[in-house]
Amino acid sequence: MTTSHDARLKYFGRNLLSGCLLGLGFVAFIDEAIFHQILHWHHFYDKSTPDIGLVSDGIFHAFSWFSTIAGAFLVSDLRRRNAWWPKRWFGGILLGGGAFQLYDGTIQHKLMKIHQIRYNVEIAPYDWVWNIIAAILLIAGLILIFQTGRGSKVLEGTT
Amino acid sequence: MEPNHIHHVSGPPFELFQALPFVLAILIYFLLALFSNRRHKRWPFIRYVCWILGVLCAAAALIGPIATLAHENFTAHMVGHLFLGMLAPLLFVHAAPMTLLMRTLRVGSARRLSRILKSLPVSIYCNPVVASILNIGGLWVLYTTELYAAMQDNFLLHILVHTHVFLAGYLYTISILYIEPVPHRYSFVFRTVVLILSLAAHGILSKYIYAHPPVGVLREQAESGGMMMYYGGDLVELVLIFLFCQQWYKAARPRAVVSITQ
Repeated sequence: MTTSHDARLKYFGRNLLSGCLLGLGFVAFIDEAIFHQILHWHHFYDKSTPDIGLVSDGIFHAFSWFSTIAGAFLVSDLRRRNAWWPKRWFGGILLGGGAFQLYDGTIQHKLMKIHQIRYNVEIAPYDWVWNIIAAILLIAGLILIFQTGRGSKVLEGTT
Repeated sequence: MEPNHIHHVSGPPFELFQALPFVLAILIYFLLALFSNRRHKRWPFIRYVCWILGVLCAAAALIGPIATLAHENFTAHMVGHLFLGMLAPLLFVHAAPMTLLMRTLRVGSARRLSRILKSLPVSIYCNPVVASILNIGGLWVLYTTELYAAMQDNFLLHILVHTHVFLAGYLYTISILYIEPVPHRYSFVFRTVVLILSLAAHGILSKYIYAHPPVGVLREQAESGGMMMYYGGDLVELVLIFLFCQQWYKAARPRAVVSITQ
């Protein structure tokens, strides 16, 4: 049985949600694995972290753990319903990943001062690179999502 | 940190005596399962395994080398708590002791037990919000007040705190994962919100401990203990979240559409 047009439209939102959750989880995982564990640029706890930063970090950490697993189960669910729509789903991944990275780079790093990207260096270029990448991911995600909007004629790969 | 030892009577006979409750727990479970097998279908093999591993996890936290080390070493204490408060409850829930008890009891007694399980107090305790507050809130009280230091001096308090950690962990697990009969079932969305918030509270507490050592704990021990709680907790939480999502996946499976015109 091939992917059905109706199934994709019926699970229109779930395709987006599943992508967003996986994208967020993936970026959070990269953040933890590369910047905390491998490079040791990020600190587990920056002594200047205010309480609100700690709360935000805790909620996002728990949420990213959950969203990675939940996102993967949602994809399995879409596939067993023949409703998986890779393009829209990938748009979700970019949107979720970009949005989280932008939140992390602006609100969490700068406003809440949880920790900085790196210590003992001129931080501005790091911040710019971090946030520009985030913005590019976010915009690319939005483009894909608009292209696969409910009004879009093209539901490629469907029969 | 002052090495506040609790002066146990040591030596092999006392250690054997300490192991007795755990041996009994395994024995009773096996007896119930084998006894009820005569009237019901065979009790699944995996549940025996979960029960034995659960008992071993709890035992590792309470007796033996980790428990001994935990009196002076905060990181070892944290390892013990991960075993006792998170891993052991998760394994116990999968061993389904309540289901086993239900099918072993005679009909009359099983009904009475079922009535107790449906009673208001049990329903309140099994509410995910209440269970989370008892579980994670209890940990906040333990590590942000002087309770942790007091527990090291007082043997009775020590037992009480550990019993609470285990029971609250168990209650929390049955309130999130529905494997055993539960008086009132809450939606997946509701449990998801509670699950994420409670895991967040656990992570926040471990970073708080990292920065603010509990009374009587050295800074470097608090730092490694906090990280143990954070990353060790993550591992068990990963399993918990996976099992939770898997329950959703099974419950949300597409039903075969049967045409009634045939």
